[in-house]
Amino acid sequence: MSNVPESLRYAKSHEWLKLESDGTATVGITDYAQSSLGDITYVQLPKVGAVFKAGDTFGVVESVKAASDLYAPVACTITAINSALDSAPETLNTAPYDGAWMLKVMVTNPADAAALLDAAAYQKLIG
Amino acid sequence: MSELQRTPLRDFHAAHGARLVDFAGWEMPVQYRSILEEHKAVRRSAGLFDVSHMGEVDVRGPEAEKFLNHLVTNDVTKLFPGRVLYSPMCYPTGGVVDDLLVYMRGADDYFLCINAGNIAKDLAWIREQAAKFAVTITDRCNDYALLAVQGPRAAEIVQSLTGAKLGLVKYYHFTEGTVAGVHCLISRTGYTGEDGFELYHAAGDAVALAEAILAAGVPRGLELAGLGARDSLRLEAGYPLYGHEITQDISPLTAGLGWTVKLDKGADFIGRAALVAEKQNGAAHKVVFFKTGDRRIVRADHPVLGPDGATVGRVLSGTLSPLLNEAIGSALVTTAAAAQPLQVDIRGTKLNLHLVKPPFVALKKAS
Repeated sequence: MSNVPESLRYAKSHEWLKLESDGTATVGITDYAQSSLGDITYVQLPKVGAVFKAGDTFGVVESVKAASDLYAPVACTITAINSALDSAPETLNTAPYDGAWMLKVMVTNPADAAALLDAAAYQKLIG
Repeated sequence: MSELQRTPLRDFHAAHGARLVDFAGWEMPVQYRSILEEHKAVRRSAGLFDVSHMGEVDVRGPEAEKFLNHLVTNDVTKLFPGRVLYSPMCYPTGGVVDDLLVYMRGADDYFLCINAGNIAKDLAWIREQAAKFAVTITDRCNDYALLAVQGPRAAEIVQSLTGAKLGLVKYYHFTEGTVAGVHCLISRTGYTGEDGFELYHAAGDAVALAEAILAAGVPRGLELAGLGARDSLRLEAGYPLYGHEITQDISPLTAGLGWTVKLDKGADFIGRAALVAEKQNGAAHKVVFFKTGDRRIVRADHPVLGPDGATVGRVLSGTLSPLLNEAIGSALVTTAAAAQPLQVDIRGTKLNLHLVKPPFVALKKAS
């Protein structure tokens, strides 16, 4: 059974977003995503300052099994990346919601987050 | 997955948290906990693999040796009771039907272990070739289960369950005996590059044997290991996998398995003429092994580029070496290109292939 924290919003492409009151947010991939991928071996993240529209590819996560694109859950500008994932991508398998966050972003329009799935809807999506 | 074949251990795997996948038509555990962790456990201590999907064939009769020496490229006459031989089995073109192990149990009494994905093809091929010989070919695939215990502590673990003197069973030798009360053909072979045993036994005994090995092994660091770790272990050891490094179109000479092709063994064998010609004329292609110094996995079928950026080959196998922490793999490239700098393009990043003579890591097989 995958862990789906109540406090987060979710994209159908299995990224999570944690929106703060100041319009910044943290982005990562879900427990379901890491479990489906299996042993994660490589993460490619964008440069700070990069700008994305919702649904744009912002990076790649690779496991022993396959390489998968990562999609921006909302329009945003990158303010920080978790460079610890370069040398320890396997953290994504053990701490997808905290230690293995991927991006800190400035959300272009915080109201966009409302269009993402809440925990109940995401839980329903993954069954 | 109802149409998939199952080994006697399918429910054992499910109960131990395995992720079951379709492998060559069999519902098999690809991993239990983590491919990388299972791989490391085998290198550090030991792993237990269910490889019951592999096929077994009895070859018996007064011309069994003569037939097998005609069928395979290696020299079967070197066998004696208790000795195991690895060999490709070729088409007349020199391409490979399968690679297999030949066990000599006694005069006129041999036993083959073949790849799961090739069972139907191999049986048809072997029977067709056997028609001219005084031999009996018996399909034993459903009779046997096969458990592999691999790793530096494998011998200690299996020895704790048997009265057989394993110290006397050298690498690529076997004996018969009971392990945890289960009658086994105890073979000091494996596909990981580590010391270890492959235990052939009656399918009905598989769960009892697996439980006994697990109970004896876990206190010694043994873990259940799936086919994911089996594949990364064999690639790190530089062993070929049928369908990747050896195929109907990649001969054992091209694959770097010349040591298994005994052109001068004194008997004609299927594929000999083509392999003699390949040796004399030089092969057009060559299988090379590489590492990249980067963690991005270079996956099968990825194009390999020469110095001018032209495609000179393709990747055959690729994974992340859990011990080296970098991508490793094999590729089929033109013989001319094999001496030139090679690259791959992974999502826009050019990576150099550093050619390596395997194994990729130091191995401690039994002598």
